[in-house]
Amino acid sequence: MMPDLGKYAADVLLAYAVSIILILGFVVFCWLQSRMAVKRLKDMEDRREHRG
Amino acid sequence: MSTSQVILPWLICITAACLVVGLVWGFFFTQDDFRQGSTVKIIYLHVPSALMAINAWLMMLVASLIWLIRRHHVSALAAKAAAPIGLVMTLIALFTGAIWGKPIWNTYWAPDPRLMSFMFLLFCYVGYIALWEAVDDVDAAADMTSILCLVGSVFALLSRYAFIFWDRGLHQEASLSLDKETNIANEFYYPLLICMAGFVLLFITLVLVRTRTEIRSRRIRALMARERMA
Repeated sequence: MMPDLGKYAADVLLAYAVSIILILGFVVFCWLQSRMAVKRLKDMEDRREHRG
Repeated sequence: MSTSQVILPWLICITAACLVVGLVWGFFFTQDDFRQGSTVKIIYLHVPSALMAINAWLMMLVASLIWLIRRHHVSALAAKAAAPIGLVMTLIALFTGAIWGKPIWNTYWAPDPRLMSFMFLLFCYVGYIALWEAVDDVDAAADMTSILCLVGSVFALLSRYAFIFWDRGLHQEASLSLDKETNIANEFYYPLLICMAGFVLLFITLVLVRTRTEIRSRRIRALMARERMA
C-alpha cells in the first residue's frame, strides 16, 4: 500500500507529518477554545438568570 | 450565528472529505515526477497552504476595510479570527517549501524574492496577532490592526507576484493559473485541485468557528464588566 518514495522518503514523510500535526493540532485547539467559550457564556448567563 | 450553526456541520463534512480524498489520492495514487522524484508529492501541501497564506491576508484586508469604513464589529472579529489560520498556513508553506527545496535546489533557504516576501508575511501575521493581544480596548485594537493589515497587504501581494517584479530567483512560476493554457500534468492537477478546495473550505470552516468564539468571548467580557459595575 505504501508507495515507494525512493531516496526522498524521509523528506516527503517529514513534510506530511509536520503539516498534518500542525493542521490537526490547530483544529483541536480551535475546537477546545470554542467549547470553553460556549461553556463560560452559558455559566454566566445562567448565573445572571438566577439573580433575576 | 444561527446560519453558521446550520451550515457548519455540512462544511466540516465536505472539508474533511476533500482533504482526505485529495491527500490520499496525491500521496498514494500518483506517480513520481521524472525530474523531482517523489518530492513532487509535497505539492499537495505546499501549493494549497501557500495559496491560503496569501488569501487569508487578503480576506483580513477586506474585513479590515469594512471595519474602517462601516465600523462593523463582526468584520473586525472575523479578521482577528483569520490571522492565526493564516499564520499556520504560512508556517506549513515555508516548512514544506524548505523541505522540498533541499533536494531540488540543494538548499533549504535562499534570498529569493518570493521566499523573502513570504518570510515578511509570516512576520506580519505574528505582529498582527501580537497587536490584537497587546491593546485592551477592542475598538482601538481593531483600528491599529486594520492599518497594519493594509501595510502587510504589500507583502501578501509580493509573495504572489514577486517573480514578475524582480529576477525570478530559485522559485518556479505558479504551478497552475487561470490564465495559463497548460498547467501541470493532469495526473497531478486533479488531486491538487481537490487539495486546494479542501484548504479553502478548511479556512472558511475555521474562520466561522473562530469568529463565533470571538463573538462569545466579547459577550463574556461585556457580562463580566456589567457584573463588576453592579
